[in-house]
Amino acid sequence: MNGPSPRMGRSLLLLAPLFLFLIGFFVWPLFSMMSQAVSDPAVLRLLPRTADVVGEWDRQSPPSMPMQTALMDDLKAVDDDQALGDMVRRLNSARSGFRTLMSKTTSALSDAANPPPDLVSIDKRWEKPEFWIAIADALSPLTDRNLLAAVDLGRNAAGAIEHLPADQSVNRVILVRTFWIAALVTFFCACIGFPYAIIAASLSGWKRDLMLAAVLLPLWTSLLVRTAAWFILLQEQGLINDFLRAIGLIDAPLALIFNRTGVIIAMTHVLLPFMVLPIYSVLITIPKNLMPAAASLGAPPMRAFLRVLLPLSLRGVASGGLLVFISAIGYYITPALIGGPGDQMISSIIAFYATGSANWGMAGALGMVLLVATLLLYSVYARLSSDEPGRR
Amino acid sequence: MPMKIAKFTFALLTILFLVAPLIAILPLAFTSSVILTYPIPSWSLRWFEELFFADAWRRAIINSLIIGAGTTLLATVLGTAASLGLRNRLFFFRGSMRTLFLLPMVVPAVVLGVGMQVLLARFGLINSYAGVIIAHTVVAVPFVVVSVTGALAGIDERVELAAQSLGAPPVTVFRRVTLPLAMPGVLSGAVLAFATSLDEVVLTLFVAGPNQRTLARQMFSSIRENISPAIAAAAFLFIAATILIGLAVVLSRSMLAKRTRPAAS
Repeated sequence: MNGPSPRMGRSLLLLAPLFLFLIGFFVWPLFSMMSQAVSDPAVLRLLPRTADVVGEWDRQSPPSMPMQTALMDDLKAVDDDQALGDMVRRLNSARSGFRTLMSKTTSALSDAANPPPDLVSIDKRWEKPEFWIAIADALSPLTDRNLLAAVDLGRNAAGAIEHLPADQSVNRVILVRTFWIAALVTFFCACIGFPYAIIAASLSGWKRDLMLAAVLLPLWTSLLVRTAAWFILLQEQGLINDFLRAIGLIDAPLALIFNRTGVIIAMTHVLLPFMVLPIYSVLITIPKNLMPAAASLGAPPMRAFLRVLLPLSLRGVASGGLLVFISAIGYYITPALIGGPGDQMISSIIAFYATGSANWGMAGALGMVLLVATLLLYSVYARLSSDEPGRR
Repeated sequence: MPMKIAKFTFALLTILFLVAPLIAILPLAFTSSVILTYPIPSWSLRWFEELFFADAWRRAIINSLIIGAGTTLLATVLGTAASLGLRNRLFFFRGSMRTLFLLPMVVPAVVLGVGMQVLLARFGLINSYAGVIIAHTVVAVPFVVVSVTGALAGIDERVELAAQSLGAPPVTVFRRVTLPLAMPGVLSGAVLAFATSLDEVVLTLFVAGPNQRTLARQMFSSIRENISPAIAAAAFLFIAATILIGLAVVLSRSMLAKRTRPAAS
């Protein structure tokens, strides 16, 4: 092809608006979320002069005079209390004691009547290299602190990566829980969805239509409505408890809501269509005479299923399972409404960091973990569900 | 025989599991009680009244309609144009473009929400209708693209070539041949875009202010904070609308099938 044809130009012109829209409002937001996770300008912004001189320091000897003067000048120039607070919080998290040290230092520096000659005269702690190391490390505009913290790792004073103490190790628990809940939901969806799809594919006429409509109706219904419906069914005075009591199976109401049981039941219901439909679409392409053929050759039904139907439908089960798993790990609404505090998944924690505590760094880092996991699984799914030559 | 009974029971129980929750919530919309439990003491329309006349709910419904309309318009225009562009098979980046257009369906809503909040705040679009419409359009546009590309793939290109050979300029071919043939796909894409916007909660939580509270957002906080039968009334409307939308989509699909069949034969 030499030179763009008018048809090519027209295609580009038609594609451009959506392309630019998604670059601006889909790709860029994801990148700015990820850059929040690794950027850390809170200290560098306030201490530019210190940054210039600390770079030449050997990280062992006591702080030199130019370093102290630079830091004093920087601190005197700060006029934004909130930014100062951010910086102190950041430094304090690297080295405890900074909060008191900084407030003592800034109040001494603001005393215009007798200005202190150097920092060590304000507080002896400024002699210690540890505090200066903390500042030097925090001056870098890039940080892996949030990403490491997202999987419960941190750097010690020497800069080596190590596990965070147990009382700060919450994220790994939540990540494991997220994958565990998603795996359980995928398992239950497969247990229900696979036989259901086999039965639907073996039927014809209105029976098949009915079975498919039963899958499509919940799929098309609002997620909130389905969650609200489960809320009503599962609550203590709900229909399930009423029914079980009426038939005399239980005396006291079962706890079905605000716990793991409720989350699993509701999520299985919500995601079941995503399991049934891919399996069904694979099953209807399998010639109907294969199973009778296996039977006529003497295979008992179980053997015919294991050797003929299962291998042929495995691709559908795999893509259905991936679809359910991918959706489940990102779930927010259902665990938030049906689950208890011990059932919150990674999305809830991201939302908490973002809206509850305005910790954008941690929200971005956990978001990045979830995004990468989702995209990896999706690329496997896309490969599975793309047309295989020779299959059709 | 026992195998057959087992199959039948399994299918019946699963259908019950899938559909019963949606049916169970419907009668509660008409309860006169203030709590959302059975048995229903007596029937009343008070919760529909609450829905349409209580300030919070009425505003939420109006907001949902405004945002849904804006999203539908923006997503349908952008998605339809892009789907037309994707028809060009010579286009080099066709595959990656398509992936990009569908990716918003895959990315977890909370992840997108965090990024969206950071970015829209930078543009001063946070807590504004424009911001919410933009956020909803991002997640609604894949449905339009899927639906319209599907409809376009069903068009016999010879029909367009015939129009061209009879002397119609490209604009006329598009207006009189391509667009009418693709219309069912465009319409069902628009319906799906509206439905997506109506049901969207997570992005709304991140980018909308108190003045842009949508119906779905209001339902979310109402289930969370003070659950009342107004939820069931809203759910009733949603399910009724779903069935109507489902019928509309099925009808437009069959319209599409009817139109393409004579063209193909």
